[in-house]
Amino acid sequence: MGETITFIIFAAVAIAGAATMLMARNPVYSAVGLLSTMFAIAILYILLDAHLVAVVQVIIYAGAVMTLFLFVIMLIGVDRPGAYGERPLSQRIMTGVVAVGFFAALALAGRQAWVTGSSAFGAPDLNGTIETVADELFGTWTIVFLATVILLTIAALGTIALAYFDQDAEEEGAS
Amino acid sequence: MTDYLWLLVALPLAGAVVNLFIGRRLGEKVAGWFGFGIVAAAFLIAFFAGVGFLGGDKLAETVLFFSWIPSVGADVAFLWDPLSVLLTLIVTGVGALIHLYSIGYMHGDARFPRFFAFLNLFIASMLILVLASNYALMFVGWELVGLSSYLLISFWFEKPSAAAAGKKAFIVNRIGDWGFLVALMIIFATFGTFDFQTIFAETPVLFGVGAGTITAITLLLFVGAAGKSAQIPLYIWLPDAMEGPTPVSALIHAATMVTAGVFMIARSAVLFDYAPTTAAIVAVVGAATALLAAVIAVAQTDIKKVLAYSTISQLGYMVLAVGVGAYSAGLFHLTTHAFFKALLFLGAGSVIHALAGEQDMRRMGGLRKVMPVTFITMGIAWLSIAGIIPFSGFWSKDEILAATFAKGGWWIGLWAIGIVVALITAFYMTRLFVMTFLGDSRAPEGVHPHESPATMTTPLIILAVFSAGIGGLNTPWQLVFEHYLEPAFAGVMHPAEAEFSTLFWLGAVALLVAVTGIVIAWRRYGRAELPAEDGSFWTNALGAFGVDDFYGRWIVAPGRRVAEWWASVFDPKVIDGGVHGIARLVTGSGDELRILQSGQVRWYASGVAIASVVLLVLFLILGGAF
Amino acid sequence: MTVTVTWYLLLGAALFSMGVAGVMIRRNALIMFMSIELMLNSVNLTFVAISKDLGLIEGQVAALFVMVIAAAEVTIGLAIIVAIFRKKASANVDELAELKG
Repeated sequence: MGETITFIIFAAVAIAGAATMLMARNPVYSAVGLLSTMFAIAILYILLDAHLVAVVQVIIYAGAVMTLFLFVIMLIGVDRPGAYGERPLSQRIMTGVVAVGFFAALALAGRQAWVTGSSAFGAPDLNGTIETVADELFGTWTIVFLATVILLTIAALGTIALAYFDQDAEEEGAS
Repeated sequence: MTDYLWLLVALPLAGAVVNLFIGRRLGEKVAGWFGFGIVAAAFLIAFFAGVGFLGGDKLAETVLFFSWIPSVGADVAFLWDPLSVLLTLIVTGVGALIHLYSIGYMHGDARFPRFFAFLNLFIASMLILVLASNYALMFVGWELVGLSSYLLISFWFEKPSAAAAGKKAFIVNRIGDWGFLVALMIIFATFGTFDFQTIFAETPVLFGVGAGTITAITLLLFVGAAGKSAQIPLYIWLPDAMEGPTPVSALIHAATMVTAGVFMIARSAVLFDYAPTTAAIVAVVGAATALLAAVIAVAQTDIKKVLAYSTISQLGYMVLAVGVGAYSAGLFHLTTHAFFKALLFLGAGSVIHALAGEQDMRRMGGLRKVMPVTFITMGIAWLSIAGIIPFSGFWSKDEILAATFAKGGWWIGLWAIGIVVALITAFYMTRLFVMTFLGDSRAPEGVHPHESPATMTTPLIILAVFSAGIGGLNTPWQLVFEHYLEPAFAGVMHPAEAEFSTLFWLGAVALLVAVTGIVIAWRRYGRAELPAEDGSFWTNALGAFGVDDFYGRWIVAPGRRVAEWWASVFDPKVIDGGVHGIARLVTGSGDELRILQSGQVRWYASGVAIASVVLLVLFLILGGAF
Repeated sequence: MTVTVTWYLLLGAALFSMGVAGVMIRRNALIMFMSIELMLNSVNLTFVAISKDLGLIEGQVAALFVMVIAAAEVTIGLAIIVAIFRKKASANVDELAELKG
């Protein structure tokens, strides 16, 4: 029972955050909306016994990624509201159609389970702790893990490169 | 000796190639004598290889070089029999003399070596035609000869009239060639081969006299012959062909190429034997051509044009002969004509050369004192063509007329036409001779005629000797020529023979007629003042009775209009329009599709999103989720 | 009524659709990017939910990997946006139409 209520509350929070992100004029508001969505999702992870994932979600996503977003928003200075004009109506309609279409397709795809109202989760006690996940991660998926390490390194290098080259070009352009 | 026959064609071809590529470096003298030497060598080879036929017991040989298209009986092979030997000797003999003459005549021309290259090419082509053992190879020679003629007529192509004349000759010839080709197709369809000996052996087996197929074949063959041998209605190219240098006129348009048609009919004698209808048509066309051309020749003022129409007229005689079935008579006239017509042309060339390019007879005269050799040799030719005994022309022309008369019935009408033509021939040739050589000089100021150099007069003398004496080959008492040719016409019906007394009286009539013509012309033109030639007859005849204009109005102009329509309407609108239309379609659709490339990220994202939805729904439907 | 996996899946679908709408409708590059992050999150949610439903831990492993990659992607993406902003002084993606055909 408690689980249901928790789910409903935080699902609502997630949706609300997403809606804010979509519709806010001020980008900072959008960022905060997304942030709250991420927190809500983290709670939902806990409900799903995915403890490690939840914590990582908070640390990485909410803690690093969204912070980074906010940095950039501040840096670029687009926090002034209303900097961009209205969307034409046709685009909005199309967007609405597409979004609703997606949702409908996905929903209808799973409607058997939905209609019949299948029972609760198949594996009630998954135990998504660090040990369990680590066993999988460093056991079966070692190579994939190492590949992501490389990926992160490359990403970092790429960012540095972008920053530097841009600076060089600016300096040359100015001089 | 027949092992060397391939040299007959190879040598002139090699000579042509040599003169074409390094002739300029060889220099005039070497190039010219080299070209002459080649043809002279060919003549000697032919002579020694063919002299065996004179005895009458040597058999015809087919010399095979290589199989070309075995399935249709077309091989590169020569048929070496009395007929081909005769033509080969004429072509190489007269050809050699004309090469020699050209050394002097073409002296100083900018393209001297090329002239000899083309002449050699012509000799090679003509020999292929004459020596071929099958219709396919003969047609190859036929076409090559047409090409050589075109090259030589428009040799001075800077003159627009020369270029146009070459084009006209080639195109009119082509019409004849169409006939030849269709005949070849029917021959192949009927006999399955092109080989002469096979066809001639099969004809009596497969067909009776007057069979429709053979009539069709022979009629179409005659169309081809009419094109090459300038018979009605395809003679119009020959007068224009006088634009070429005079040696060309002598060689090609008097002695050799134009006789190819007659030769072809003679070669196909077996076929014509089996198609009496065609033979009658051939004879009538020949006679009509002879008459028309002779009448036109009367009024011409250009010396070469007179000779051109005279050639057409004499070809008419030859065609009449083969139409009547007197093949050896026709070929004999071909031989004598080759000599005296070549002589006439070369002499005219000598005169033109002496008068610095003057060709209008009204401005000639009194040349006999200044050019004695030319005068005498041309005099011999004149008497020969007029048909005066004992010169060769008398004997050959007379034989044709006798054979025509001997057929009896309505053929005598053709004989009468032949006699009238003899009269007119004597008349206009005398007119030519008198206007050119006798009387006082009418040349304009500053023109000092002189005799031509030895390279030009030597051939004249040689030809004159032959023109005078060769008649002895076929007198009624000594039919050497006819006997010689007999093996070649083994399966052919003999023409009607006349009794000796009839021959005598016919000969007397012909001689009388000729003398009459000479006397009339002599008295008319031998006076101090040239008579006026400005009546309606003279004007019409001078203009060749407007035949060219007629063709131009009714055939050429409509053809040109059709071509213009196609070029200006069909081609730009339909074909170009189609091509442009495709291009426009591509660019147009590209313009329309360009909208998709808006460069906007969100547009692309939208595209992806929409596509994803669609695909998702699709997969769900296919997976049976609904 | 108990919470079934379907609820989570539906929630994931809804968030995903909203992310798609965000990408299509917003002009600000940063907000577009955030929408993409939202989409990634919704997928993560789906992964984890199904992992619990099937009893397999791979779902959570996959979610972790997705997070790693999302982090890397955000790094590069924001660097690019900053670079573009330096050039054009605007983060309006509509103005980045240089690939227009």
